Amino acid sequence: MSSTAKSNVVNVLEFLDGDEYRLPTFALLDQEGVLYPGIDAPSLERDKALHIYRAMVFTRVLDERMMAAQRQGRLSFYLQCTGEEAAVIGATAALDDSDMIMAQYREQGALAYRGFSIDEFMNQLFGNDLDYGRGRQMPIHYGSAELHYMTISSPLATQIPQATGYAYGQKLAGEGHCTITFFGEGAASEGDFHAALNMATVHRVPVIFFCRNNGYAISTPAIEQYAADGVAPRAFGYRMHVVRVDGNDVLAVHEATREARRLAVEHHHPVLIEAMTYRLAAHSSSDDPSGYRSRKEEEAWRVKDPIRRMKRWLIDRSWWSEDEENELLERYRRDVLESMKRAEKRPPPPLESLVSDVYDEVPLRLQEQFDALEAHIRRYPEQYPRGARSLGIDNTDEPQGRT
Amino acid sequence: MPTMNMLQAINNALDMAMASDERVICFGEDVGTFGGVFRATSHLQERYGKARCFNTPLVEQGIVGFANGLAAQGAVPIAEIQFADYIFPAFDQLVNETAKFRYRSGNLFNVAGLTIRAPYGGGISGGLYHSQSPEAYFTHTPGLKIVVPRNPYQAKGLLLASIRDANPVLFFEPKRLYRAATGEVPDADYQLPLGNAEILKEGNDVTVLGWGAQMTMIEAAVEMVENEGVSCEVIDLRTLLPWDVDTVAESVFKTGRLVITHEAPLTGGFAGEIAATIQERCFLYLESPIARVAGLDTPFPLTLEKEYMPDQWKLHDAIKASIEF
Repeated sequence: MSSTAKSNVVNVLEFLDGDEYRLPTFALLDQEGVLYPGIDAPSLERDKALHIYRAMVFTRVLDERMMAAQRQGRLSFYLQCTGEEAAVIGATAALDDSDMIMAQYREQGALAYRGFSIDEFMNQLFGNDLDYGRGRQMPIHYGSAELHYMTISSPLATQIPQATGYAYGQKLAGEGHCTITFFGEGAASEGDFHAALNMATVHRVPVIFFCRNNGYAISTPAIEQYAADGVAPRAFGYRMHVVRVDGNDVLAVHEATREARRLAVEHHHPVLIEAMTYRLAAHSSSDDPSGYRSRKEEEAWRVKDPIRRMKRWLIDRSWWSEDEENELLERYRRDVLESMKRAEKRPPPPLESLVSDVYDEVPLRLQEQFDALEAHIRRYPEQYPRGARSLGIDNTDEPQGRT
Repeated sequence: MPTMNMLQAINNALDMAMASDERVICFGEDVGTFGGVFRATSHLQERYGKARCFNTPLVEQGIVGFANGLAAQGAVPIAEIQFADYIFPAFDQLVNETAKFRYRSGNLFNVAGLTIRAPYGGGISGGLYHSQSPEAYFTHTPGLKIVVPRNPYQAKGLLLASIRDANPVLFFEPKRLYRAATGEVPDADYQLPLGNAEILKEGNDVTVLGWGAQMTMIEAAVEMVENEGVSCEVIDLRTLLPWDVDTVAESVFKTGRLVITHEAPLTGGFAGEIAATIQERCFLYLESPIARVAGLDTPFPLTLEKEYMPDQWKLHDAIKASIEF
C-alpha cells in the first residue's frame, strides 16, 4: 500500500508554501454581540445560555478577587482566565458533562460551568487540608474526578497526547464519550502537540484539540511563535478535521465544539479547533505585560470582551437584565470573599501527605525518612509551624493558608 | 567594586561574553524583548540585535536540538531553559546528542561552544514543577559538564568559564538566590576554574560539602555547630561533573568526617556518588559514616515545603551526629 494517498504524477516542478490553506474564522456574533444578519439563531436554549453566562461572570469575579488577594499577600500565586471565558466555557457547555477535560491551566471556567464549588476552588488555592491535591501543587492546579477534570500539571503540552490516549480508552469502552484538551498556541509548539495529533488520526480517536490562541506565551507574541497562518493549518498535515473560530464569540465556540463532538464521538474523527482570543490579563501574578505589549493593544481587545458580547445578546433576547447582572455580581463577590476567609482558616494538610501517594503504599525506605522527619520536627517545633500543628504540638500563630 | 545580585551578575557575564565574541548567541523562551522571565537576559537584544538574542518558540527539545546544531556549526550558543523542571523534553538532545557529539564522531564534530542555563531549586513556593533539582539525571551522563554557582561573584566567573570551555556545560542557577544573594562583583572579565571545588572555610572536625543554594543552609548550620564547639571545613563543589575528588578527599583525610547535602531526593542523588568515592579513597581515615542530608524520596511539595527542605536544622543535627558517632 502506498504511503501517500492518491498522489498524482506531475511533470512541472512546483513548490507549495501552504498559503492556499488560509483558514476563515467562524463567528455568529459581531463585536457588539449582535447576530450577523441573515443567519439562523443558534440552537442554544435559555437555561443553558444563562448557565454559560453565569459561569463566565463567576470566573471573571473569581479571577478579580483572587488576583487582588494575591496582591495583598494572602495567596502565593494566581493566574486569570480573563478574556478567554467564552472559549473555555462555550466549549465545555457543548460537551456531555461526563466527557473528559484535560486542560492546560487557564481553564477554571470549565470547572465553574460543571459546578465546582467556590469552597473547592478556595481549598486548592490555599492548599489547605481539604484540597483534593493535598496542598502539593501551586494555586490553580485544580482537579476533580467527579467532574471529569484531570488534575492540572504545569509542564506544557504534556496533557495533549494523554488526551489522545484517554480518548482511545473511551472509544474502546464504547460509552459514547470523548475527551477535550485545552492548550495555548505556545504549547502547540511542543513536540507533544504534534505527536498527539498524529496518533489521534492514525488511530481514529474521539478527541477534540482546543487551542486557545490568546496571542501570547508569557511575553512571546504569536508572531514569534509560528510563521504559518496560526495553529489550525497544522491539522491538514495529519488529515484532521479543523475549524477556526472567534474565541470571544461564545455562540460560535459552542456551535463549533458541538459539531466537533459529533464528529469525534459518532465518526471517530478527531478535531482541531483554533479559538482566536486574547489574554487580557498578565500571564500570571508573576508577570508584568507592560514589559512587552502596549496598553493600546490591550484596550483594543478589551472592547471585544466576550462577556460584554454575550450579555448584549442575552439582553436583546430579554433573557437577562442589568438588575439581574448587578445582583449576580454582588452575590458572587460576597460568596468568594466568605469562602476565601473559610479556606484561609483551615489547617494545612497533615504531615503524612508529604509521603503518601508517591506510590500506592509508602515504601519502607520512605517511611524511615518520614519517621526521622517527624522526630526532627518534634525537636524543633518552632521551625516547622505547619508540621508541628499537624503533630498536635503547635503553639505558634503563623497565619494559615500562606504558601 | 559594584554590588550585584545573582541575576545582575549573570546578565553582566552574558553581556561580556556577547561583547567579547560575536559568535555568542543567546536564546530561549521569552529571553528576547522581555529579557527572560527572571530578566537574566535583560537588554541583550537591544545591545546585540535580534539575530544574536531572540525568543524561540515554546519547545525545549527544539531549543536544545537547535543549540546542538548551532554549536556544531561553530557558534557559541547560550540556551536558556526557563525552569530546570522543564528541561526533560530536551533530555534526548542533551543525553544522546550533546553529551555524545564528540565521542561518536571521533571529534570530527563537537558542540564545544554550547552552554545551557537553567534555574533550579526550591524554597520559592514553586511546588512540584518550579522547584526541582535535576542535576543527578545529568551527572550520570559522561560528556556533559555540570556547574552550579553559589553567589553573584561565583556566578559571573563560572558562567564566563562555562561559555568559553571547550565542552558543553549545563549551568544550573539557584533561583532562590537570584535576588536574595548580593555581593561584590568585579566589572572586569574574569573566569573561575571548572572542575575545582573551593574550600570556603578551614576546620578540623568535620567536612561539610554542598553546592549552589545549599551553601546558604551550610553556612547557617556551621554557625550553629561552631557555637557548640565543632570546627567545620566547608567545601563548595561548584562543578559536579567532572568533580574535584582530590580536594574533598584531602579534606576528609584531615577531618575524618563528611556531611553532604543537596535539595534533590536522597536516593540516586549525587551525594551517593560522592560518598561511595570518598569511602573508597578515605576508608581508613573515616571516624563516622558519611552522612547525606537531602530531600525526601518524594516529588517536591508546596504547603509543606519547609518541612521537606534539607535545612540548617537538619544539617546541624547531621553534623552533630557525625561528631558524636
